[in-house]
Amino acid sequence: MSKLLIEGVSRTFAAVGGGQPVQALQPVDLAVAANDFITILGPSGCGKSTLLRIVAGLEAPSTGRVLLDGKAVTRPGPDRGMVFQSYTLFPWLTVAENIGFGLREQGRPERERNEIVASYVDLVGLKGFENHWPKQLSGGMQQRTAIARALANDPAILLLDEPFGALDNQTRGLMQELLLGIWERRKKTVLFVTHDIEEAIFMASRVIVMSARPGRIKSDVQVDLPHPRHYTLKTSPEFSALKAQLTEDIRIEAMRTAQTQSA
Amino acid sequence: MLRPLHPVQPGTRTVLGIAFFMLFVAFWAWITLGGHVNRIFLADPLSMLKDGWRLLVEDRFWLDILITIWRVFGGFVLASIVAVPIGIAMGAWKPVEAFLEPFVSFARYLPASAFIPLLILWAGIGEFEKLLVIFVGSVFQIILIVAVKVGATRRDLVEAAYTLGATDNGIVKRVIMPANAPEIAETLRLVLGWAWTYVIVAELIGSSSGIGYMIINSQSRLATGQIIFGIIIIGLIGLLSDFAFKALNRWLFPWSLA
Repeated sequence: MSKLLIEGVSRTFAAVGGGQPVQALQPVDLAVAANDFITILGPSGCGKSTLLRIVAGLEAPSTGRVLLDGKAVTRPGPDRGMVFQSYTLFPWLTVAENIGFGLREQGRPERERNEIVASYVDLVGLKGFENHWPKQLSGGMQQRTAIARALANDPAILLLDEPFGALDNQTRGLMQELLLGIWERRKKTVLFVTHDIEEAIFMASRVIVMSARPGRIKSDVQVDLPHPRHYTLKTSPEFSALKAQLTEDIRIEAMRTAQTQSA
Repeated sequence: MLRPLHPVQPGTRTVLGIAFFMLFVAFWAWITLGGHVNRIFLADPLSMLKDGWRLLVEDRFWLDILITIWRVFGGFVLASIVAVPIGIAMGAWKPVEAFLEPFVSFARYLPASAFIPLLILWAGIGEFEKLLVIFVGSVFQIILIVAVKVGATRRDLVEAAYTLGATDNGIVKRVIMPANAPEIAETLRLVLGWAWTYVIVAELIGSSSGIGYMIINSQSRLATGQIIFGIIIIGLIGLLSDFAFKALNRWLFPWSLA
């Protein structure tokens, strides 16, 4: 059975000021197997973030439904951990308190909380920074804390919305390896939204390419590159072939977006 | 020499700040001691200090100062206790805002000083009436500013908390309130400054103690030195309480400055 099932999910935004209603997402069907790392790749404005937010329960679909472990998603919950593109650490809590936030909201006892927090601080390499305020951290460290915070709840699925989009290239590469390393060791179902082709291939066991707005699934590409993956993989011929194929797919969609915008 | 937006050295900043004070006092001394204005209307700095000293030593003016401080803080604390929870409720729950916002916006423009005759009728001319003037003057301002700040809580933080399993109640208590606490404290600091103007007005009418009472009393005796001394004392206390409030906020919310 699939871990996550997206059935005919679409999203239409209501008309504003007498205009036409805008369809952001055409009906999408997607089945995600347990412990799969899925990247959703598409040009900006293709509705990929909307799809992710619907899975998170932060937005309601206009049609269709989302099933996680057979249960319909109606609102956000700790079984779907989310990492956002913007820095969303709670500025009034330390790194350790941020990571423990979800556990605390669920009323887990303090000692158990501290143990779990310590293990995730370790996992994302933030030892020694437990008592820092988010403001004192670099962007990469903030996103590492955000990943640890989402994982500390031990969610059934981890959702990431362009989590490394605001980071510089070098940090971004390191963060990709860090997240992939965690996934290789701990196995987790992951839905990862990005517009970066290289990132989409490097992280994924399966890449879902979305079309320009209104978004729909354009292609579904299996990535059978071996694990554990190392950054040198990005220069291998297999990787380059996949990249060439996806670049072509995305380019057509990006051009369509550009045309609809200028029209 | 003067480049736009170019920062000034900290030492130079202090010197410049003090320099204007000195210039101001020098000008004041020049027009009064130099005989350019009638002494009946404006006392010179030296007789102001002399009058002030006499007030403090002989007329026990420090009691008036204490009573005025008590009135400001009493009224202000009462207003804060009532207004902050209402403001948070309005910011967090939109039906509460829809219910109260129009009235509060209207009440905000009612001048506190115009209520004084009414408040005297209701509460007499005792301490309670003075507290009420401060209360009426501050409470609606605090409610509205707090409601606006709370309403502007970062949505992404709220969403992140929901995805971590927070309940609606948890969102209000452990996201909305801590996220806005420094801004609310800053609002209170601002409104405390305004409360000082209300207290003097309250003490000008139907009062027998306080800095405002001393000022209105001095007017009938043309004691301009005393009036100016009273005004300067208010300024100094305002400045001190502002510093104290800022220090308190820095100590309470280290994360917002780190």
